[in-house]
Amino acid sequence: MAKIYMDNSATTKPDPEVVSAMLPYFNEYFGNASSLHSFGQEAAGALNRSRQQVADLLGAQPDEIIFTSGGTESDNLALKGIAYLKKNAGKHIITSVVEHPAILNTCKNLQDNGFKVTYLPVDDQGLIDPNDVEDAIIDDTILISIMHANNEIGTIQPIEDISRLAHEKGVLVHTDAVQSIGKIPVNVDDLGVDMLSLSAHKIHGPKGVGALYVRKGTRLESLIHGGGHERGKRSGTENIPGIVGLAKAAELAGQRLEKDAGHLANLRDAAITKILGSISESYLNGHPTQRLPNNVHLRFSYVEGESLLMMLNMKGVAVSTGSACSSKSLEPSHVLATLGIPPEQIHGSLRITLGRENTMDEVDYVVENLVEIVTKLRAMSPITPKN
Amino acid sequence: MYSEKVMEHFSNPRNVGEIEDADGIGEVGNPTCGDMMTIYIKVNDGKLTDVKFKTFGCAAAIATSSMMTEIAKGKTIEEALEISRDDVAESLDGLPPAKLHCSNLAADGLHAAIEDYLNKSKSN
Repeated sequence: MAKIYMDNSATTKPDPEVVSAMLPYFNEYFGNASSLHSFGQEAAGALNRSRQQVADLLGAQPDEIIFTSGGTESDNLALKGIAYLKKNAGKHIITSVVEHPAILNTCKNLQDNGFKVTYLPVDDQGLIDPNDVEDAIIDDTILISIMHANNEIGTIQPIEDISRLAHEKGVLVHTDAVQSIGKIPVNVDDLGVDMLSLSAHKIHGPKGVGALYVRKGTRLESLIHGGGHERGKRSGTENIPGIVGLAKAAELAGQRLEKDAGHLANLRDAAITKILGSISESYLNGHPTQRLPNNVHLRFSYVEGESLLMMLNMKGVAVSTGSACSSKSLEPSHVLATLGIPPEQIHGSLRITLGRENTMDEVDYVVENLVEIVTKLRAMSPITPKN
Repeated sequence: MYSEKVMEHFSNPRNVGEIEDADGIGEVGNPTCGDMMTIYIKVNDGKLTDVKFKTFGCAAAIATSSMMTEIAKGKTIEEALEISRDDVAESLDGLPPAKLHCSNLAADGLHAAIEDYLNKSKSN
């Protein structure tokens, strides 16, 4: 049977070059990068080279990169690290309603600890209005955190404009770029951000490792205390194999960006056109153009997303859905709800996130099967209107 | 997360459809919550001679609907009223805990259809 992976916003397949780069750091170069002997220095050398590679991808300096355990930790460090340090200067943070739970739940935790958070709305295509950001800034505002691209619907936010407006008022800007790296250009100076989160496993790297970019001169408080690793910002013996894997993935993401983005956009546009053209009452969620090149997010009336997902899975196709029935919380997607999509249609949503390994033949296979599956489920559904 | 039996009933659901001259129709759930089913029954001599369903919902909702129709067919009204949500779940070798409550509505749908039948018979 076919085995087609199209859930690349959940995680990606590690690139063989990434795995090869990591392996020696499990068995041969196992040293602790803090040790002065040759074993340690081999690890320290790899750590330095990796830091340079990750910095190069972002147009940053190596000493602006803090390695972490992944996107969630990077988001926590950015938000709490600034909040704790600046709590006497101000206690107000601005974010958006469509952020990843790593941001939303960190904000909730900060609210429990006396901070105030403004959650900016988005329009029906998932876009934030930079003017709303400007209007939300008060004297007490210490940080703005807006994701670069949304993990569900792929909408790309105008971070450049938000940074400019924020800096005019002297407020720091963080962006969660976990989904955008490797798919669209991500340069910290072009974006104008002070901090940026990234994760290795979303760019064909290993799980359990990520980084936070922190612009030189931006101070934040450490959340993990210990031996003073990562310039005192994140203690704990460095995960050298993981960091080497992240660096290799970052290097490949930079080298392949143009090729990957073009390939992904071709597949995305074909998938959207074919599906909308062959299934009645199917709709695109998110923005038609300001969207990640690998994101296809649709909804189908009268069918439920988990059933769609499970039937596609039986055909060897891996995708995801915003349906409540597939989530641990049994709550429908907060992102789709905020776009004004009615609940029964949120249940019928499907997220296809393409990867660099996918082909046009695979897209055709998925479209063909999706048509059959939606037809089958609609025939079974009591809410499908009778002709 | 789903048992093989759930997946089997989900892929090949039994008794899908409507009964045009149904003796009782039961409707449970709500599309807003993600699960809704309509159950149709045909009654002859106090027995369920036919049971069909239409379901909007997850794999568990579809599989429980299918399994319920298999259990209920041929049963007397009294026996059918005894069929519980647990009976349906057990016949499918269990359901994931989260699905036991929200998607396991088929027995309720059957009972609603029987109630509809009994109400109609009374008024005739």
